[in-house]
Amino acid sequence: MHILLLDALLKGPATERAPSPDEAAVADLARALGTRARARLGRSLAIREVDAGSCNACELEIQALGNPVYDVERFGLKFVASPRHADVLLVTGPVSWNMREGLERTYAATPDPKWVVAAGDCAAGFGVFAESRACAGAVAKIIPVDLVIPGCPPTPTDLLKGLLALVEGTARPTR
Amino acid sequence: MITINERSRDAEPVALADAIRAALQVRADGFARIEADAALWIGLARGCAAGWHDLGALWVDDHHVRMALWDAQENCRAIVSLSLKVGAYPSVGLHHPPALRLERAMRDLYGAIPEGIPDERRWLDHGVWPGREHEPGYHFLPVEGNGLHQIPVGPVHAGIIEPGHFRFTANGETVARLEARLGYVHKGVEALAQGAPIEKAAKLAARMSGDSTVAYSFAFARSVEAALGWDVAPRAQLLRGVMAELERLSHHVSDVGAICNDAAVAALLARCSLIREDMLRTQAALFGHRMMMDAIVPGGVARDIDAAGATAILALLERIELGFHRVVRAYDQSPSIQNRTHGTGIVQPDFIRQFAAGGFVGRAGGRAFDARRAFPYPPYDAVAFKVPTREESDVDARIWIRIEEIAESTGIIRQLLGKLEAGPIHAAPPPFQPGAGAALVEAFRGDLFLAVRIEEEGRIAHMHARDASWFQWPLLETAIDGNIVADFPLCNKSFNCSYSGVDL
Repeated sequence: MHILLLDALLKGPATERAPSPDEAAVADLARALGTRARARLGRSLAIREVDAGSCNACELEIQALGNPVYDVERFGLKFVASPRHADVLLVTGPVSWNMREGLERTYAATPDPKWVVAAGDCAAGFGVFAESRACAGAVAKIIPVDLVIPGCPPTPTDLLKGLLALVEGTARPTR
Repeated sequence: MITINERSRDAEPVALADAIRAALQVRADGFARIEADAALWIGLARGCAAGWHDLGALWVDDHHVRMALWDAQENCRAIVSLSLKVGAYPSVGLHHPPALRLERAMRDLYGAIPEGIPDERRWLDHGVWPGREHEPGYHFLPVEGNGLHQIPVGPVHAGIIEPGHFRFTANGETVARLEARLGYVHKGVEALAQGAPIEKAAKLAARMSGDSTVAYSFAFARSVEAALGWDVAPRAQLLRGVMAELERLSHHVSDVGAICNDAAVAALLARCSLIREDMLRTQAALFGHRMMMDAIVPGGVARDIDAAGATAILALLERIELGFHRVVRAYDQSPSIQNRTHGTGIVQPDFIRQFAAGGFVGRAGGRAFDARRAFPYPPYDAVAFKVPTREESDVDARIWIRIEEIAESTGIIRQLLGKLEAGPIHAAPPPFQPGAGAALVEAFRGDLFLAVRIEEEGRIAHMHARDASWFQWPLLETAIDGNIVADFPLCNKSFNCSYSGVDL
């Protein structure tokens, strides 16, 4: 174990520079969120991830956000264990009928102000399962969605750009 | 309920090898096809119970219930079909409990009634499907005793993982019983595949369990190729093997880190996740997708690598070995982690044999089955590798199986890259004709079975996949018995079963 720690000290952090937030998304979000609870949370967001029927590829890339290369916590983005601690629900999957109630109840358990990010093509409503009779459809059909991050699955960089846009959008005062 | 044949319920057990000798020829996919009557069906089910052969899969297709069986020692495997009589068939689960959840799932999806099944509860149908709503309650198996309390967990879990419900019954800290209820991520994959062109079904197969996307694409491609008599070029076979082993490597590395993280050693998770990220970036550069999704297609592979690509993979392997070697040393020299993993989550070898549990769950408990070895398929018929096994069957043994498999996988990739010769990577499809094919491939979790039936014009009539997790989830429930609730994350992570893969 000491070799690992020494190696980390000598080599320095593996963390990469942040991608710039998606500017178009920032502007959209700032407009959309401005009348709600902007800047109330400083620049820190607590995120609760909800798998609403995903194939688990999205989960793998969301997990990767926590690795030392992306180190999502340096931006004040923190994944939390309960919706009651969350500001943001990060939802994946085509919302299977069997998960619809779980998603609705998670949304209801999240205190206001709250935002919903639909991550991945399925959550956006155009994934390979979109036409399935076992699925209720895009996340936006079930709960209000503030930001969509497409991809199958979205890469950690895509996710980071979107989430940074959310931080900027919530922090930027509307004019 | 209709009784098919009362006498046949007492049928003598039948060994698969004997049934195959009496049946027709073995097909190109390695599976014999047996049209069974009720007596033979029950006889083979009882043969499973007697431990003479393994239950591989059970599914409903075209008014038949079908069962995949194999016997690695006799080197034989078969798909046994029984025509449904007024929508019913004799339950396999009545004789052989590992079939229970498979039969419950098939009844929910296709209405096929397993006559005599001892567990009448629904499995995938939670009572919320439009037009089929019913009382949504679910009766967990009763647990009785003094001082017991229940802990319901999920479907929405605390981590960034898939949804499922775990019902713990505990006495203080000690778990008396765990029962899982799954089905939350049921997406209707089989129904979507029905009538779909092969390319669309390939995309569905690749997304049945995203973490095993390469293995699913591999199995789908092999079964379609077997059904149509579609030859695959040698270079494509080798590249498929490279991708499959890279996928296995990336999960074994990151899961070892994740198990250590559940024992509160975050530094090892950080190390392992760096290795995984390195892999995913290399894979994205070479195969066009971080997880190599849709990179294996029926007829070959979607993308070739050049000499520089092969060199890049070799360099990646060296970085993996160096980085992971340090992780293994740290694990091996940390009593504080091993204190958590030793003797934790032991699966009884009897259950492993009964459920024919594959992958590291089986191999950590003495069952040496590996689809790459038991029923070799290209390119594994031309490479040398060991199938590591252990006897302890605890979290530690599952970690060590993965550590040893990482060394084997790097060896396999080097051998495969050494065999690469210039040539085509994709073959045009032969003229479409109706047919059926099946494949058994080794995913990182264990053996993955996938069967397709193709109708005119190259459309999929039916697709069924049986993830290794079907036979591992029930063993997780036994592994936690007598352990403390706080060790559940460790046990769970050491299994790392798929939810999406079994919810269909």
